[in-house]
Amino acid sequence: MAADASAPTLATRFKRPSLISAFGLIFVALLLFWLAVNAVKAPSEFMTIFLIGITTGCVYALVALGYTLVYGILELINFAHGDVFMLGGMFTITMGTHFFGLKHGMGLVTVPIVFATLLLAMLACGLLNATIEFIAYRPLRGAPRLAPLITAIGVSFIIEDVGLAWKGPNYITAPDVFPHSQIFNFYGIAYEWNKLIVVSITVPVLLALLYLVQRTRQGKAMRATAQDKEAAAIMGINVNRTISFTFLIAGALAGAAGLIYSLYVTTVRFDQGFQLGLIAFTAAVFGGIGNLPGAVLGAILIGLIQAFNEGLSWHAPGSDWTEAIVFTILIMILVFRPEGLLGERTPEGG
Amino acid sequence: MTSDVGSTESPADVIGLRNRLKARWTAMPDRQRAGIAMGLEILLAVLLYFVDHALAYAVLTISAIYWTNRLPPLPWKLAGQALIVVVFLVATQWSLAATLAIGFGLFWIPKRYRVWAVPVVAILLAILYPFYQTKMFTIPVFGVWPDVSTGVYMIVFVMMAVGLNIVVGYAGLLDLGYVAFYATGAYTAAWFASLQFSHVTWHFGAVGIDPKLAGIHVTIWLLLLLAGVITALFGIIIGLPTLRLRGDYLAIVTLGFGEIIYDVARNSDNFVGTGFNLTNGPNGITPLDSIGFGNSLSHWTGGLLPANYLSCCNAKYLGHQIQSTDLFFWTAIVLLLFTVFCSLRLQYSRLGRAWIAIREDETAAAAMGIPLMRTKTWAYASGAFFGGVAGAYYAVFKSATFPGDFYFNISVFILCMVILGGMGNIWGVIVGGAFLAYLNEEGLANTGAWINANIHLGSHHPNIQVPLYASGIYGVIILVVMLFRPEGLIPSRRVAAELHEGVHDEPLYDITADNRIVVE
Repeated sequence: MAADASAPTLATRFKRPSLISAFGLIFVALLLFWLAVNAVKAPSEFMTIFLIGITTGCVYALVALGYTLVYGILELINFAHGDVFMLGGMFTITMGTHFFGLKHGMGLVTVPIVFATLLLAMLACGLLNATIEFIAYRPLRGAPRLAPLITAIGVSFIIEDVGLAWKGPNYITAPDVFPHSQIFNFYGIAYEWNKLIVVSITVPVLLALLYLVQRTRQGKAMRATAQDKEAAAIMGINVNRTISFTFLIAGALAGAAGLIYSLYVTTVRFDQGFQLGLIAFTAAVFGGIGNLPGAVLGAILIGLIQAFNEGLSWHAPGSDWTEAIVFTILIMILVFRPEGLLGERTPEGG
Repeated sequence: MTSDVGSTESPADVIGLRNRLKARWTAMPDRQRAGIAMGLEILLAVLLYFVDHALAYAVLTISAIYWTNRLPPLPWKLAGQALIVVVFLVATQWSLAATLAIGFGLFWIPKRYRVWAVPVVAILLAILYPFYQTKMFTIPVFGVWPDVSTGVYMIVFVMMAVGLNIVVGYAGLLDLGYVAFYATGAYTAAWFASLQFSHVTWHFGAVGIDPKLAGIHVTIWLLLLLAGVITALFGIIIGLPTLRLRGDYLAIVTLGFGEIIYDVARNSDNFVGTGFNLTNGPNGITPLDSIGFGNSLSHWTGGLLPANYLSCCNAKYLGHQIQSTDLFFWTAIVLLLFTVFCSLRLQYSRLGRAWIAIREDETAAAAMGIPLMRTKTWAYASGAFFGGVAGAYYAVFKSATFPGDFYFNISVFILCMVILGGMGNIWGVIVGGAFLAYLNEEGLANTGAWINANIHLGSHHPNIQVPLYASGIYGVIILVVMLFRPEGLIPSRRVAAELHEGVHDEPLYDITADNRIVVE
């Protein structure tokens, strides 16, 4: 039957059926079994949580893309990225409420205000991120690899404390402007407007980014710089400006994510950025770091994992363990498949 | 890369304001430069006098010490130093005069004896610290000298920094989850010397408790060793799968492990849903058993070794009532000396040289026949061992362990000590660690109090809570050190050379120079 035809490909794919891959398969099988049992026990709850996961995943995707862009071009884990995202949320709240007077229940006026705030937040975070690159990473371009990584941690702590000095140690709340009314309720599967808005802001931003990187001249310069800085410089690409531009774009994505997160979750605190940044970084690694569709896929998967873990009722570890689960995934991916789901194995990748 | 400015070219030919000023400065005669520098120092002191008198005096004292140091040794340098000491004696600043006299004295010892004299004097001064701590002078900005309990904290963190230095400084493996080892050590001590596992009753040499008390109670001395060994094993377990990874992936994996350990510590009052109370969750494990030598050993040594640290001490020596904190402090010094001794012996051992080789060029090291995995795992295990011992000791000193102590910030805090002091140089790491630990425990609060008392614009007082911004301050320290002096305050010559000249991946073209391609 068909098994005969697929036998050679299977044999090449699993050349060495090692203990590790066997464990991995068993683990994945158990995970699917757990999900299936949950889906059968409470199908409507399962689907609602699935939709929540997609929404969370969209926010993670925006942050993860920033990590993956910067890693792709500099091979640097920009720890400060999560904190730029957090400042984006704070900026949104300040700008929206104090400058535009945004509040709950303003009707259609909300749309242009949110849009203007989105652009401003993207601009502010982009400039901040480019400034960080200029101050903290550019002077270390020729230094050993770990040097900019260490400064990235330093910058992350500094920005966190900027947020602390700006907004104080407590949660600050954003106006709840996204409508919570349901779009549909299909046999108990609820989907609210605020989730749809999150997705509908995220998707165009993602498409614009893909267009920028794949189709424009600047995107070509970015890809060339990522491949080989010296060769790109010889070809007349302004390497430093391309890197600055990449940081600007990454920061703008973080700003967009900050806006969406702060208006969707409606609370922001100075230390949230680092944790969420690490989760988003895990998503980027999960999908294959340096790979843009991979980052989105990884982020959606991480969002789903988080939603299932926190929401399902049958034997879910619960929200206390979310971070531990995410980091376990990170470690397992890095150890067993460092190129991620969609990445290609590079000589130094493992 | 950068051209050698100043010595050959005339000031007018040099491009850029900074370089021109630098060139003019180097072209000046020595006497003129000294005059300008002294003038600026006096000006600074006069300005600072309006902020805080003590700070102005401190600036004058430091500059006086600096300039006397540049005088011809005999008779002027000696006379100048004597004069400085006499001035402080006349001003009845006894402790300051004594400190300066000891400092000056050390530099008059011939160089070949100084190598031994400085550590011996430093150790003696450290041991005697509880006796003279209250009599010491007040430092401008930083306030009074640290408490003895702060001293214990400093030593424990210096131990951890020395342990991390083995991993980061010697072997060049960036570990962002060192707090995991601290946590493992602390929880090991807590499990085997408290009421935590109250369904078992097992005693082994514990002091100061009822022998029928529930829980596992093992003597702390054995536990320190056990904590070190268990943490080293834990380091090996973490290391075996992850040490194959490249530098930054390893960093992120260690960070992940640190976070997982924190989560496990926080949530394991109901361990993975089994109902088993492993870590007592956010409430932590407290109290821990006391440390001590037991009645028979204490009796046998005539009371020299205390039976129990917490219920000891009625002796009074040199006008100082011995406290239990003092005993913890002295024990910590012994542990630190052991750590430093091991670290020094490891540095140029066969293993230590293998670490350096891996740090400088992994591929070349492997080609020379160094087993990469085994060598790296040993670095992890040794670094983890000291982290475990330090963690266990600190848990016993505090008589508690809480999950909140094992947050990611602590990993970066310890890393900051290593970076500030100088990666790979144990003396630098000790100085950096002691200073940062002091800042964290007392220094930032004191500095904040000073700022709020003395810095004001008219009637506006800023009232900044400096300790709140501790992690941001460490961030600034990390950033400034990495940008301007990546080899640290007291660098290891070898690491400095690696950082400035590079050891591998040397680019053929310098694309950092404003996008102009410069062929070297």
